[in-house]
Amino acid sequence: MAKSIKIRAKEKDGVTTVKALMTHPMETGGRKDKKTGKAIPAHFIQEVLCKHNGNTVMTAEWSGGVSKNPYISFKFSGAAKGDEVELSWTDNKGQSDSMTSNIK
Amino acid sequence: MSTEIKRRIFLKRSLAAGTVGVAAATGLLAPQQVLAAWNKTAFESKDLPGALKALLGSSDTAESADIKVKAPDIAENGAVVPITVDTSMEGIESITVIASNNPVPLVANFIMGTGALGFVSTRIKMGKTGDVIGVVKAGGKLYSAKKEVKVTIGGCGG
Repeated sequence: MAKSIKIRAKEKDGVTTVKALMTHPMETGGRKDKKTGKAIPAHFIQEVLCKHNGNTVMTAEWSGGVSKNPYISFKFSGAAKGDEVELSWTDNKGQSDSMTSNIK
Repeated sequence: MSTEIKRRIFLKRSLAAGTVGVAAATGLLAPQQVLAAWNKTAFESKDLPGALKALLGSSDTAESADIKVKAPDIAENGAVVPITVDTSMEGIESITVIASNNPVPLVANFIMGTGALGFVSTRIKMGKTGDVIGVVKAGGKLYSAKKEVKVTIGGCGG
């Protein structure tokens, strides 16, 4: 699967800010196809996991209420420049993807 | 609810979470089952108190000035509403984002791990004008803050 995640992490004064963009349709299941009138099945990211040196720093649980191609940003302390952060997601169809990046 | 009972619920919940963690670590659960920890009841609940109860164990939140919910006053496009929840509180366990008038009000729940600070930013969908509520769980208690967002074009319908 093509890489669906863009991640950037920056450290300043001991605080690391992580910003990530994922490519995903985030279909709620409540929408209808205008042509056929049939409901479009739900397809959205349920869980986003972010790890730093093997420790989970943040877990996000989402409903279909998060926008298409989701953006996420959060901060954590205790990391140094050059450390690796890993971000992964899993959706309601069991698909997943992950990406690692070095903190700048 | 008395503090004693709250404390019990909190203890119970942390014990339960611990068991799941151990099971996952020892490989008793397949990855698919671990994902089942995703709270189906809460994320499909159509009413707000029910969703909060299923997710955080209580729907009693105290409004707090220490939480800042940043969102636009008017969102032209309800499909993409940028929001930020920022708090200076200590001992944060989770931050929950709610769009009160959405068909499914619970939008996202961020569980804070080691060293995480009280800051999350994301983009959400909003069906119609309503409050965006940020609920912060700190020290076993729930605190909230809200911000009204006027939506001109809804982002939940077809």
